[in-house]
Amino acid sequence: MIEIEVNGAVRRLNVDPTTPLLYVLRGDLGLHAAKFGCGLGQCGACTVLLDDEPIFSCITPIAAVQARKVTTVEGLGTIEHPGAVQQAFADEQAAQCGYCIPGMMIRAEALLRRTNRPTEAEVRGALQPSLCRCGTHMRILRAVRRAARARGGGVPDPAEPVK
Amino acid sequence: MNEAGKAAHHLARAALVALGVIILVFVLFVAWASRPSIAPITPPAANLFPARLVERGAALAKIGNCASCHTASEGPAFAGGVPLATGFGTIYGSNITPDPETGIGRWSQPAFSRALREGVARDGSHLYPAFPYDHFTELSSGDIAALYAYLMTRPAVHRATPANRLVLPLRFRPFIAGWKLLYFRPQPYRGTDLGGYLAEALAHCGACHTPHNKLGAELRGQAYAGGWVDGWYAPPLNRDSPAVRAWTADQLMALLRTGLSTTHAAAAGPMGEVSHNLASAPEPAVRAIATTFARNMADARANRGEPALPDRAAAAAHQHPLGAALFQGACSSCHEPGARMMIEGRPPLEVGSPLHESNPRNTIQIILGGLNSPVGSAGPYMPAFGETFTDPEVAEIVNYLHVRYGTGPSWSNVSADVKRAREGRNP
Repeated sequence: MIEIEVNGAVRRLNVDPTTPLLYVLRGDLGLHAAKFGCGLGQCGACTVLLDDEPIFSCITPIAAVQARKVTTVEGLGTIEHPGAVQQAFADEQAAQCGYCIPGMMIRAEALLRRTNRPTEAEVRGALQPSLCRCGTHMRILRAVRRAARARGGGVPDPAEPVK
Repeated sequence: MNEAGKAAHHLARAALVALGVIILVFVLFVAWASRPSIAPITPPAANLFPARLVERGAALAKIGNCASCHTASEGPAFAGGVPLATGFGTIYGSNITPDPETGIGRWSQPAFSRALREGVARDGSHLYPAFPYDHFTELSSGDIAALYAYLMTRPAVHRATPANRLVLPLRFRPFIAGWKLLYFRPQPYRGTDLGGYLAEALAHCGACHTPHNKLGAELRGQAYAGGWVDGWYAPPLNRDSPAVRAWTADQLMALLRTGLSTTHAAAAGPMGEVSHNLASAPEPAVRAIATTFARNMADARANRGEPALPDRAAAAAHQHPLGAALFQGACSSCHEPGARMMIEGRPPLEVGSPLHESNPRNTIQIILGGLNSPVGSAGPYMPAFGETFTDPEVAEIVNYLHVRYGTGPSWSNVSADVKRAREGRNP
């Protein structure tokens, strides 16, 4: 039996300790926000928070997650009460196909937990490990700047003026 | 005056005399340590320098890896500000653009030459040996002229270099003169071999790959026997090379220019940037360096006979079951035989030099921080696992790998070394 804490709830699982966290989230816990992309830690679609830092859940064995806090996009808010990052991504319509978006949101969340006044370079650096093939980068960046403002801060040197 | 009063009087006089002697010695020391300033010049116009000289300077600057310390990440070229962690505090690479106020715009060529050869700034102050003038002193006058021409024709950037954060006595620059007296001899390059000259005088390979004493001076008697830089181990480049496949000039050339030798390892840590600089340096110059080091390692163990490569998977899993499970879940999709990354032509783990080195540090650093793709490749990179694994977990993986593949000395206290690596400290 392995015990992990996901989105504030302790879950007990009977899985092999080598199982990737992503498989447990999607297969055993029914949390489908994190996506399987490459399976090699290259694309970022599987990104979740481990404690407060973004990690690739597809290459994170469940054995490494015990006694630590996992947060997925489902843990950032609810349909009725979306979190600041979720609301900002919806407001900016940042998704095209949407496959990369949970990873992008988790990276934005990790950044904004550290500071609500990140520079444009910090925003871009934080999102860099996540790939988007649709090309919605400009909308994603707008969404992160909006989320920073919603959390009482903002991006002091935005690459485009706030509308 | 009573006896006690007399004794006190004598003591006070003796103390005064001692203080006087100390002050005199200090004044003499400062006078001895002082160097004249060289008159400032009006920054020369860029069109004063012949284009071919500038071009040669550009190539030399790449081989000399100047940008590693003088160009901050995402910052303007050569405008300084790169923090260099030393055992004595943090030193910032200076602005070497031709800006008259914050750069070297007012430096004449003799002033520039004196800085490289003697470690003295234009204003006469001593430069910290983090600036490797113990190597640059061997540069030829022609090469110094080319470097000067190149730097003086770069865009001037007005950007003050941050103040160094050093332990107190070392903030007093005249003390550097004492260091020089002990450890520094200005001298020309005495060899005849181009690769040796470029490696010694310009690329300053020994600044990382040669061990240093406690005061940061290279132990020249142990040239290229392996050293430490920024928390990374710069492995030996002599007969002590831990590689399990012979280093040839071609493999060194591949490492230096692409950041990857398919039979050894990737250029990791501070070496990654070196390969990015050398990727666009003139090919014959890099080949000369590669040839020199191939010769330097001609007696290394892999050159005498390449050892068999063990794969003690079962024993490793038995001794380090957690390490085996973590490896299986995190690493095997790229690193087990037949995995995708092997198809991309990356070296299999068992030939990777870090697992055969005398200490676990580079293996630890690569797990914590990952590895970039080779130069010019959009292929897979190794992600960082520093946030995924705790120190004991990283240590478990390292120990598992070492038992499974290692051919060198045993490693101990790996978990404590993971902690030090995270702090950027050398062992």
